[in-house]
Amino acid sequence: MTPYRDYVTSGGSLAQVLLIAVLAVPALGALVVALLPARIDRGARIVAMVFAAVTFVLTALLAMPNADYGWFAYGDQPPALLPWIDVSASWVPSLGVDFHLGVDGISYPLVVLTGLLTLLCCAYTVGKVPDGGRGRTLAALLLVLEVGILGTFLALDLVLFFIFFEVVLLPMYAVIAGWGGPDRRRAARKFVLYTLFGSLLLLLGVFTVVIAAGTGDLMALTGGTGLSRTVQCTAFALFAVAFAVKAPLWPLHTWLPDAHTEAPTVGSVILAGVLLKMGTYGLIRVGVGVAPLGAAWAAPVLGVLAVAAILVGSLVCLRQTELKRLIAYSSVGHMGFVLLGIATLTATGLQAALVGNVAHGVITGLLFFLAGAIKDRAHTGALADLGGLRETAPRLAGLLAFASIASLGLPGLAGFWGEAFAVVAATERGGPLWITLAVLAAIGGALTAAYFLRLLRRVTHGPASPAVAGFAGITRPEWLAWSPLVLLALAIGLVPALVLAATADPVAALTGALP
Amino acid sequence: MTQTVNHFALFPLYAAGGTALLVLVLELAFGRFVLPAGIAGGLVTIGGAVALGLRPASTFCGAEHCSWVSGPQAAVVAVLFAALTIGVLALSAPALRAGIAPAGEFCFLLVSSMAGGVVIAYAGDLITLIVGLETLTLPLYVLVGLRRFAPRERVTTTGASAAVTFFLVSVISTAIALLGAALLFASTGMLHLAVLTGGSGPLAPLGAVGAALLVIGFAFKVAAVPLHAWAPATYDGSPVPVAAYLSTASKLGGVVALAAIVQRLDTGPLVAVLAVLTMTVGNLVALRQTRTVRLLAWSSVAQAGYILAALAVGSAGVPAAIAYAVFFVVLEFVAFAVVVALRGPDADGGELADLRGLGRRQPWLGAALVLALAGLAGLPPGLAGLFAKVTVVAALINAGWGWLAAVVALNALIALAYYVRVAALLYTRPEPVGVHFADLPAPEPATTGSTVTAVADPELLQAATHPRVPVPRPVAAAVAVAVTVTVVLGFAPQWIFDALLG
Repeated sequence: MTPYRDYVTSGGSLAQVLLIAVLAVPALGALVVALLPARIDRGARIVAMVFAAVTFVLTALLAMPNADYGWFAYGDQPPALLPWIDVSASWVPSLGVDFHLGVDGISYPLVVLTGLLTLLCCAYTVGKVPDGGRGRTLAALLLVLEVGILGTFLALDLVLFFIFFEVVLLPMYAVIAGWGGPDRRRAARKFVLYTLFGSLLLLLGVFTVVIAAGTGDLMALTGGTGLSRTVQCTAFALFAVAFAVKAPLWPLHTWLPDAHTEAPTVGSVILAGVLLKMGTYGLIRVGVGVAPLGAAWAAPVLGVLAVAAILVGSLVCLRQTELKRLIAYSSVGHMGFVLLGIATLTATGLQAALVGNVAHGVITGLLFFLAGAIKDRAHTGALADLGGLRETAPRLAGLLAFASIASLGLPGLAGFWGEAFAVVAATERGGPLWITLAVLAAIGGALTAAYFLRLLRRVTHGPASPAVAGFAGITRPEWLAWSPLVLLALAIGLVPALVLAATADPVAALTGALP
Repeated sequence: MTQTVNHFALFPLYAAGGTALLVLVLELAFGRFVLPAGIAGGLVTIGGAVALGLRPASTFCGAEHCSWVSGPQAAVVAVLFAALTIGVLALSAPALRAGIAPAGEFCFLLVSSMAGGVVIAYAGDLITLIVGLETLTLPLYVLVGLRRFAPRERVTTTGASAAVTFFLVSVISTAIALLGAALLFASTGMLHLAVLTGGSGPLAPLGAVGAALLVIGFAFKVAAVPLHAWAPATYDGSPVPVAAYLSTASKLGGVVALAAIVQRLDTGPLVAVLAVLTMTVGNLVALRQTRTVRLLAWSSVAQAGYILAALAVGSAGVPAAIAYAVFFVVLEFVAFAVVVALRGPDADGGELADLRGLGRRQPWLGAALVLALAGLAGLPPGLAGLFAKVTVVAALINAGWGWLAAVVALNALIALAYYVRVAALLYTRPEPVGVHFADLPAPEPATTGSTVTAVADPELLQAATHPRVPVPRPVAAAVAVAVTVTVVLGFAPQWIFDALLG
């Protein structure tokens, strides 16, 4: 099997059980919730919330065995990827698939974020079920999505990674098509076809690598060992396009605004909060990790596209007239910063990408919750019809202002670190191309501020429009779902080490393998 | 010259043939018990195939080579043929009980076809292979058109015309395959599969033509484009359980026959062209279908394209092709079984629009169909289908046929468009008809009695026009077993790979 087995402190059997349970609990929960009879719909949603809560606690506990751990104690040539805990079992030897899970500093923040957002969405679903179908089915689908997303972040086998990557496709389709807005079918179809296109390129890339290297184990593959330059370039090209669809990177982003606009609130939150991160995480873990030579070869193209995404995203946002669509397009810009960070291939850039990833998940998740609440109350999302929210619902307006300012990257809030340091990393990289990209990205950052301030001016300020008259106050489930995100946006802004604490070693190992 | 015959090696064939005779005698003597006898005979055949798989034996041997060869792949294929036959018998049970088709003849013909499948599985030379293929197909001509009409029922000829189409195309394809076998024999003097070669020296072109004709003849059986035109019309015109058999067992027979040829003769380019055409045309035409069985038929044409893609690689691709075929027939059987369960014994496959909202009314059947469609599309939760696609793509990339793997991937994308359309249709609310009671203005006491308004509540109306048909027990059992097999294979695909490797 993997030649690196000796290096791994597997974290002990209890920790391994924990790792399995992180996937098993939501899977079991989905099954239980789906099988509960229809007449106790609300009860079933509460059960789903309990399962999501247990899963969240389990994800948070994954850091425990890390307390007395240091990889440098293990000899001269440690593997570039060294998980805190890992579990491995042979699954389909004929295809070289191992059921190999593990968690390290790069995946841990995303795993916890997934656990948190799913819990918040399940809690939100207890209070409010969007029109379209049964609440317990929606809750069960949220748990299935959680299994797929967590599996993707935890997988340490390329084929297993691909399988989990595929798991989310149909449940997300069902969430959009079942509980979405008026044009949901078209949006859902566009989503599923675009993302399947990405998945299929991933499949080709995965097997290009697995067959060339003779193994799918990411621990053995990270660093590009045993792969020729040609294979790495081919594989990275396939991976980059595959993950660029998911992330999404301009010009492959067109599914995203439609999907977000039509999806129910919880669907948008999961989609923006963690589903998109599968793309950027994959690009770091699989793209840069497995094919570093290919990454170095393609980095300029990726950087140019990322900056184009930032500029296009913010320019389009300046002209948007619909609340959810605006936030969706803002995701294109923000993910552009994350991808710029990755494209620099420096330690600073990768860390900026990691913190930007988590910050975007927290803030955009919050923004979609707020946009959903506003649309539910006003029955419109058109910016022209909203206005004066501050007059009728000061708390909601305050939260929206907070989330917008966090999103535009005010220092001290979570959005700042990822964007600022992506630009810093591009400048550090030096050379005319990267300096130009840094300048353009900075201009994009300014445009981001411009459109968020425009959004606030249109929605919160001015005289109260008829649509926002008589807004109900923020309900208890809403406070419950939102306050953790508000606190996290503040906490990550003040102490980015919350996300970055454990990333230094894995990132150094990744960049160490670069030419 | 006398040959010693190893009767143990022939046991699966004895079981299958004996069951056919038993069914015929039971029908003549008692006029009942035919269905249980057919199912029991199928189970015995499975038992025999498993036993032979554990202790492989060959028979009808010449100096060096045998005409009846058992191996791991043969065991898997024979078990699959028998299981599919049992499944189709179960699916047909309600129709047979209702007298829509004569039970004795139906069971006899289907079990005879199973015997043909068993022969294909163990065939060791070209003639045995073609005889097996014919034995598999011949009863199907009749089964396709076998339908009794109730005294006052409108008599349609769709079944008969489907049978004639199928018959003509099939006979021509057999003639082509036989011509191919004859040319190959003329050029090399070999018929045993183990020593099949393309010929050498001046006779090499003759051998190449023979190989190409064999591939074309067998390609008819798997409905490869451009030799596919019979399939959608035949599937749609036949009773749904028979269509299920055609698209699973009959197709499996063609795949096994093709696999026997391509792994020994150099036919890669021809098969690759067939594969690209088959999957692309099948998927593109399936996009436009409005009838359920036609959609499944075109999708099964496309699926045959993926199998052909693996076969184009030659012997390296054969395990992947057979594995794909195994996963595919199980998923396809689930899809057809659900259609049978949803439509009832006397209906055809119907329009796609008839499926609308069925997932809400029949959650279990809806979930089973979604599982099958997801599997055919190669996506979770249909893990069996995912592994099938992964197997083919891995085999293609491994053999250096990356471009064909890319074509397969692109086609999987096209295919998802229609699979997801059908799956979404199952959960679409029915067209609103009538007016909700709640939406009506409250009747004013003064005017009640003077005007009578005819209103209908959409849900009440829907419930009245779409009564929940109870699923007959044999059909339900077939669906349940097939779904269980699909789920188990999805989590443990290695069992199939192990079984195929022995």
